[in-house]
Amino acid sequence: MTFKTMVRKEKEQKSSFVEKDSAIVDGIDISGHWNKMYQPREVMNYDITPLEDLRALPGAESIGNCYQCAQCIGVCPIDNVGDYGPRKIYRKLQLGMNLLESVDLWQCTTCMNCLRVCPKEVNMIDIMPAAREKAILDGKEVPAELQEMFQNCAEYGNPMGESPRKRARWAKKADVEVKDLSKNPEPVDVLWFVGDYYAYHGRGNDAAQAMARVLTKLGVNFGTLGAEERCDGDSQRLAGEKGLYEMLAEHNIEKFNSLDFKKMVVSGPHAYNAIKNEYPKMGGTYDVDHYTQFLSAMMDKLKPLMTKEFGKKVTFHDPCYLGRHNGEYEAPRTLLNAIPGIQFSEMFRNKEQGYCCGGGGGGMWLDGFMADNINERLSENRVKEAIAVGAEVLAVCCPYEVSRFEDAVKSTGNEGKLEVLDIIEIIDRCIEE
Amino acid sequence: MGDILVVAEHLNGQLDEATFELIGMANGLGNTVVALIGGTDEMVSQLGAASKVVKVDAAADFNPESYGAALGAVADTVNPQVVLTTGSSMGMELANSLSAQKNWPLAVAATGVSANGSVKAQAALFGGKIIATTDLGSGPCIVAVVGGSAPADAGRKEGSPAVETVDAPAGAGKVHFKKLIMPESADVDITTKDVLVAIGRGIGSKDDIEVAEELAEALDAAVAASRPIIDAGWLPKSRQVGKSGLKVKPKVYIALGISGAPEHLEGMKNSSTIIAINSDKNAPIFDVAHYGMVADLFDVVEELTEALD
Amino acid sequence: MKIVVPLKQVPDLVEDLELNDDGTGLDYEYLKMKLNEWDDHALEEAILTKEAGDAEVIAVALDGEDVDKMLFTALAKGADKAVKITGANPYAGNHEMAKVLANAISGMSPDLVLVGVQSAGDSDGWLAPLLAAHLGMPSVSVVTGLQVSGNTATVHKEYSGGIMAEFDVELPGVIGIQAARQTPRYAPVSKVRQIQQSATIEEVAAGDLGDVVTSTVEEMKHPEKGGGAKMLSDVEEIVEVLKEKGVA
Ligand SMILES: Cc1cc2nc3c(=O)[nH]c(=O)nc-3n(C[C@H](O)[C@H](O)[C@H](O)COP(=O)(O)OP(=O)(O)OC[C@H]3O[C@@H](n4cnc5c(N)ncnc54)[C@H](O)[C@@H]3O)c2cc1C
Ligand code: SF4
Ligand code: SF4
Repeated sequence: MTFKTMVRKEKEQKSSFVEKDSAIVDGIDISGHWNKMYQPREVMNYDITPLEDLRALPGAESIGNCYQCAQCIGVCPIDNVGDYGPRKIYRKLQLGMNLLESVDLWQCTTCMNCLRVCPKEVNMIDIMPAAREKAILDGKEVPAELQEMFQNCAEYGNPMGESPRKRARWAKKADVEVKDLSKNPEPVDVLWFVGDYYAYHGRGNDAAQAMARVLTKLGVNFGTLGAEERCDGDSQRLAGEKGLYEMLAEHNIEKFNSLDFKKMVVSGPHAYNAIKNEYPKMGGTYDVDHYTQFLSAMMDKLKPLMTKEFGKKVTFHDPCYLGRHNGEYEAPRTLLNAIPGIQFSEMFRNKEQGYCCGGGGGGMWLDGFMADNINERLSENRVKEAIAVGAEVLAVCCPYEVSRFEDAVKSTGNEGKLEVLDIIEIIDRCIEE
Repeated sequence: MGDILVVAEHLNGQLDEATFELIGMANGLGNTVVALIGGTDEMVSQLGAASKVVKVDAAADFNPESYGAALGAVADTVNPQVVLTTGSSMGMELANSLSAQKNWPLAVAATGVSANGSVKAQAALFGGKIIATTDLGSGPCIVAVVGGSAPADAGRKEGSPAVETVDAPAGAGKVHFKKLIMPESADVDITTKDVLVAIGRGIGSKDDIEVAEELAEALDAAVAASRPIIDAGWLPKSRQVGKSGLKVKPKVYIALGISGAPEHLEGMKNSSTIIAINSDKNAPIFDVAHYGMVADLFDVVEELTEALD
Repeated sequence: MKIVVPLKQVPDLVEDLELNDDGTGLDYEYLKMKLNEWDDHALEEAILTKEAGDAEVIAVALDGEDVDKMLFTALAKGADKAVKITGANPYAGNHEMAKVLANAISGMSPDLVLVGVQSAGDSDGWLAPLLAAHLGMPSVSVVTGLQVSGNTATVHKEYSGGIMAEFDVELPGVIGIQAARQTPRYAPVSKVRQIQQSATIEEVAAGDLGDVVTSTVEEMKHPEKGGGAKMLSDVEEIVEVLKEKGVA
C-alpha cells in the first residue's frame, strides 16, 4: 500500500530556551540558570491549506468546528483498536496531512458515535463521503477491495459480482411462495426489499428464507422485485461513490414506482437508511419499515405463532444504521423479549452506545486494508463482549453482521461457544410448521 | 494425405515437454516432420519419434519476428496438411504469424485434433464453459494445442531422424531480442500460477504448512491460503485468496482444509478446476468444487506428493 | 505519440452461456457483454504511458450492444478520443476483426497499438499479431512490461515458469498486453455519466474486408458436469485428474 501519511515535521513545535551567563536585575544577581527563559513559541505556524481545502468541500464544512476536546476519541470504535478519530484527523490536518491521500480517509465506518458526543457537531457522516468522493474523482488510490466492490455494483448491481439474474434464486428453497413482482406485477400490501446479503450470501439466504416463511405464516400479502432489485447503494454513497449510489437508487426508484404496494419492508438497516432518508431526495418517498419494526407492530398476531421454546442465553447487537442513525432501539428488543424461553441480557455497550461491527460506510469491503491499521477487528472485539456477558447466541438484524460475526467467532477461537443468528431466524425456529 | 508439421519449442537450451506431446499427437494423424528453429543437434537426437527434422539455423533465443519468418520458409518446403504448434507464449506467436503469412486457417486452444479428410480441432473456450469443434477444411491449416492434451511419452524417443536444413529468411528486423529475465524466487505471484495448493485452518499449525509446500513443489505450484492462515501470520498477505485478498483463477486449485466460506469462494470460484479435500463431508467447499474427497488432508497430501515424485 | 487501443466486448462469464438453436455458436441475444479484461489492461497501460509522457490515446471498438457505454468509460478513464466502427460484426473471429480494425486504424497512423493479448472466446488466434500483419507492423504478445522511448518500445514477454524475455520493438508496432503495470483503474460512475453528456464518439465505416481466412465452428456444447463435486475415493484418482488437466 502506498498511502502516504503526510504529517510534516513538527519543527516549529519544539521550544528552545535562552540563558544569559551574567545578569543583574535590581541589584540581584540572576546569572546562569537563574535567568533561564523559554523563547516564545509559535502555536499557529502551520500551513493549514489542506484543512481549508477539505473544509471547502460541500458536506465537509463541519470539520472546521473541532476544538480538540477529544470527547470523540473515547467513543470511536476504531480508536478502541487503533489510532483514529475526528480529533486526531483534525490535528493531523493542522499539521499538513492531505486526507485524500491518507489511510485515515478509509478507516471511518460512519458509525455516528462521535457525532453523538461532539459538542461542536463535527459530522463525520457528511465529512467522510465528501472527502472520499473528491479522492475518487481526483483519481487517488482507492483500496483495491473497495474498488472491486464498486466495479461489481456498477456492472452487476450487487457487491459480490454475482449474476443479477440469480438474485431471486434463494426463494426456491423457502418452502413458501415468494411473489416475484418483476415477473408478475400484481398489487401487494408489502413490497419486501430483500437486499444483497439476503439474496446472495449463504447465511443471508437462510435469513431470507426464514423471513419468507414468517411473513407467509402471518398472512402478509407480500412480493419482491426478484431479479430487478439492485443494491440499495447506501454503503457506496458513504464510501464516496456518489454517482454509483445515484445510478442504483434511480434504478430501484423506477422499479418501486412501477409497482402497486402500500408499504415497503427492508431486511437491512443500510437499505432502511437509504430508502427512508436518502431516496426521498431523489424523488422516491415510501412508507418504509425495517423488518423488526414491521413485525413488532404485529405482536398480537406473531406472539401466538411462536409456540416452540428457544431457551438460550441471547444478547443483541444494535446495528449503527438502525440505532444511532435512525433511533430505533426498541423494535428488535420487543421481538426478542417475545421469544418463548429466551434468557436475554444486554451487552455493556448497547443502544446509543452500541459498538460498531466495522461493516458500515464501506468497511464491509476494507477488511484486508484495515488489517494493517488496527490490532483487532471490530467484529472480534464485539464477539468477545458477547461472550463476556455469557451469551450463547448473538442476535443481529443486519444482513452484513452474520458473516462478520460468524467469522469473528472463529477467529477469536470461540467456535462452538457462540452462535450468530438473525432475529428472523430465531422467530422462524419458534414457529410450529 | 500431407505431412503433419510439428513446431518444436525450446527455452534456455531445453526442448519443451509440449514438443513431445505434439509429436505423439502428430504420429496419430500422419507422417510427422518437426520444424526446429534455432535448436541444437542435441535436440535433434531427442526427436527420434519424427520421420524428419527440418532445421533452421537461427539465433538460439526465440524472436517472434525472425522465428515466424523461418517457420514460413519451413512450411514452404514441407507443404504440410496440418501444422501443430504449442499453445504457449511462443507457440501462439508462430501459429498466428504463419496463419497471417500464408492465409491458412487457424484453430487455437485445441485439446484434440482429427484429420479424416477435413481437419477438425476441439477446443475449450470461455474458461472451459464451452467445448467447440472447429472445421479447418482439408488443409493446409494450423492448430495450436494446449499443454497436457496428449501424453508426452508417446512422442519422446531418442534417435537420429533425417535432417534437412533450410536457410533463415531475412526478416524485417524490427524486433530485437535483448535478454532473458529469470524469476526472482522471493516473490510469488499467486494470480499467475497455473496450480495453487491452498490451505485453510484445517492445516492446524504453522509447522505443517511444509506438507503443503512439498506438494506445491511437486506440481510447480504456489501455496495460497484462506484468511485465518494470514491472520495467524503463518503466510504473508500476498498469499490470501478471497474477498479481502486476491482473486485467482488457476487451471487447478487444490483446497486443503478450507470450509468454503462465501468470502473465500469469492476469490477462487472461477478456477478452471477445483479439487477440495476436507474431513467434513458437509463442508460448503464441495458445492463449488469439481472434485472432492472426504479425508484427512495429511493422509492425502503425503500420499499424493509421493505419487507425483 | 499516438496510441490506439482496440476494445472488444466479450460474453460475461458470470452468466450462463446459452447456445444458439443449431449449436454452432453462442446465443448473443441473451448474453451480457462486458469489456474483455485483457483489453482493460491494454487501455490501462496506454493511459499510464500517456501519464508518464506525452501521448494521445484513442479507443476503438466495433459497434454493437452497449459499446457506447464501454467507450464512454474508456474516455472517463483517460482516453482522449473514442471511435466506433459501424457495419461490422462485433462477434466475428479475430481474423475478421483484425481486418476490420486494420482498415480503420491504418488511417490514424498510430505509433503504438495496444491490444489485450487474448479474450475468453478466442478460437482462431490472437488479435495482436493478426492485426500487425495487416498493418505491416512488428508485434510481440504476452507483454507485462512496456517502456517507450523515442521510436522504440522495450517490452517484457512472459514465458512459462516465470521466465521473461526482453525485446526492443521498432515503432510503429502492435503489442499484445497480458497485464498492465497496475490494476486497471476504476471509472467513477458520475465521471462516466458526465462524459456521456459532453463527449462524442466518432464513427467510421468498416470498409471492404476482401477475403478473410475463416475456420468454421461446427459445433459448440457445454461440457458435461453434474451438480456438485465428483467425489473421489483414493489418491490415484486425484493424480488422474491432475494429469488430465495437464499439470502433473
Ligand atoms: C469482511 C470479511 C472478509 C473476509 N475475507 C476473506 C478472504 O479474503 N479470504 C478468506 O479466506 N476468508 C475471508 N473471510 C473469512 C471467512 O468468512 C472465513 O472465516 C474463512 O474463509 C474461513 O477459513 P477456513 O476455511 O480456512 O477455516 P474454517 O472455516 O475453520 O474451515 C476449516 C476447514 O478445515 C476442515 N478440516 C479441519 N481439519 C482437517 C483435516 N485434518 N483434514 C481435512 N480437513 C480438515 C474443517 O472440516 C473445516 O471445513 C472474510 C470474512 C469477512 C467477514
Ligand atoms: S468531540 Fe468534536 S470538538 Fe471534540 S475533539 Fe472530537 S470532533 Fe473535535
Ligand atoms: S463515525 Fe464512528 S468510526 Fe467514524 S470517526 Fe466517528 S466514531 Fe469513529
